Amino acid sequence: MSPIVIIGAGQAGGQAVASLRQQGYKEEIILIGDEPHLPYQRPFLSKQYLSGEHEEGRVFLRAEKFYNDHNITLRIGERVKSIDPNSRQITMENGELISYQDLILATGSRPRILNIPGSDLNGIFYLRTLDDVNNIKPTIQSGKKLVIIGGGYIGLEVASVAATAGMQVTVIETEDRILKRVTTPEMSAFYHQLHTDRGVSIVLNSGVSGFEGNDDLTHVICKDEKREADVAIVGIGIIPNIELAEAANIECDNGITTNDKCQTSSPHIYAAGDCSNHPNPIIGRRLRLESVPNAMDQAKIAASNIMGKEASYSAVPWFWSDQYEHKLQMVGYSADGNSQVLRGNKDKQHFSIFYLKDDHLVAVDAVNSAREFMVGRKFYGKKFDPIKLADEAIEVQDAVI
Amino acid sequence: MSKITFVKHDGEELSYEADNGLSVMNIAVDNLVPGIDADCGGECNCATCHVYVDEKWWDKVGTTNSTEEAIMSLNPDRQTTSRLSCQIKMSDELDGLVINLPEFQY
Ligand SMILES: Cc1cc2nc3c(=O)[nH]c(=O)nc-3n(C[C@H](O)[C@H](O)[C@H](O)COP(=O)(O)OP(=O)(O)OC[C@H]3O[C@@H](n4cnc5c(N)ncnc54)[C@H](O)[C@@H]3O)c2cc1C
Ligand code: FES
Repeated sequence: MSPIVIIGAGQAGGQAVASLRQQGYKEEIILIGDEPHLPYQRPFLSKQYLSGEHEEGRVFLRAEKFYNDHNITLRIGERVKSIDPNSRQITMENGELISYQDLILATGSRPRILNIPGSDLNGIFYLRTLDDVNNIKPTIQSGKKLVIIGGGYIGLEVASVAATAGMQVTVIETEDRILKRVTTPEMSAFYHQLHTDRGVSIVLNSGVSGFEGNDDLTHVICKDEKREADVAIVGIGIIPNIELAEAANIECDNGITTNDKCQTSSPHIYAAGDCSNHPNPIIGRRLRLESVPNAMDQAKIAASNIMGKEASYSAVPWFWSDQYEHKLQMVGYSADGNSQVLRGNKDKQHFSIFYLKDDHLVAVDAVNSAREFMVGRKFYGKKFDPIKLADEAIEVQDAVI
Repeated sequence: MSKITFVKHDGEELSYEADNGLSVMNIAVDNLVPGIDADCGGECNCATCHVYVDEKWWDKVGTTNSTEEAIMSLNPDRQTTSRLSCQIKMSDELDGLVINLPEFQY
């Protein structure tokens, strides 16, 4: 029998091999990834690994021994060039052909690149991979000037690590508020204040048109002014890696199109994680998510269906972000709400915002409020009493009607 | 190295030697111990690493932190010796640790 092949050794790929073995699959499994590392956890990259709190060993999903013990054929540092669904074969970059019984596409995503003059100077970084962070880490030095391009979660996490390390940090944002694509004006305002209080300068309604320097970066040219910079880190979003699938005529539309079983339009080919565009029955529309829980859940569903145990993906999306000593945990889509309730105290940096649609819960943003976050996950879609919800003297779960 | 035993809900015992400094969750994940998914990698976000510490070991594993407490607070399967396994680090003190696994993760 041909092996099960997984393309992409990231969060989803790493979980898929574990789930297949856990569910009793005994035949060969081949895990192929173009990064020269065992599968690892990206969230640490802009948080505890960048800050030095965790050493490199902590970022890996599983120790190397796991792959040996469970007889996983690891093809790390190798890239897949193409897929032929008709002959059920993939071609490696070096021309080698590998047959598959079932194939999981867990190719993830890549950073959107800024194509402007000076982009190839030393000192300009993107932050997606372990190698990226290993290059960035030595540049985090007290007193040096860092310009972060893009006020999204990754950019702001880097800002918090760098400001804590004593760097002079500027965040350049094109929109009229940070985090605009992902959260509400209230949350943007909270994070804006948090960062300015720590000495980070945030420039809104700006943008970057070029970089200057000889070999090394010296200036970032922004819409409003030219800024000195020793280092620039660009975090302006990601693009799903769908090219392999597209070239194999697998249906794609803002991600690789899958059904609720993580199956693509091509038989025996599944997709999971950042690269997939999938139906979410709870949210009621198709989504392409960029989150670890999504990668893990879909990997498990793909593995189950390959094993013949019919399983459907159905999960409320959630996410987290650590900035300074504050923990943000989020559930659902705040934009789906038509009213909001504040619980807790913003000034004490201990609060949550519940987003309701006609009194039914559609999202929670919880800052240092893990219980509210768990209520959001457990009671998503349930009707809440807004008055009780706002009253911290009443247990949050008792606000469910 | 210290010894750790996971007791499955059906009574089956799984024992491993593990390096000190690893969390109980890390050991479970590296050995494919069923039912510990650890979706968040050990940061008190996911609650998919819930275990029951064997009563004899309860005093030795340290105290539950406030985030961990909040994350577990709504779990209907919670017992007095519930912990998130990512928050317990192996050490010489814990050599021989016994961990009971819940039937389901929540
Ligand atoms: C800095 C940072 C911080 C983050 N923080 C959080 C967080 O706090 N919480 C959260 O939930 N999410 C976070 N995310 C998002 C999360 O990491 C991703 O959603 C997750 O990694 C997606 O998993 P994946 O397996 O789909 O893709 P990936 O983990 O990206 O893995 C895909 C792998 O496939 C490889 N690949 C692609 N094409 C090929 C090919 N042709 N041949 C071989 N290999 C190939 C890629 O190189 C990559 O290694 C963060 C991401 C980053 C970058
Ligand atoms: S691993 Fe997520 S809470 Fe323990």
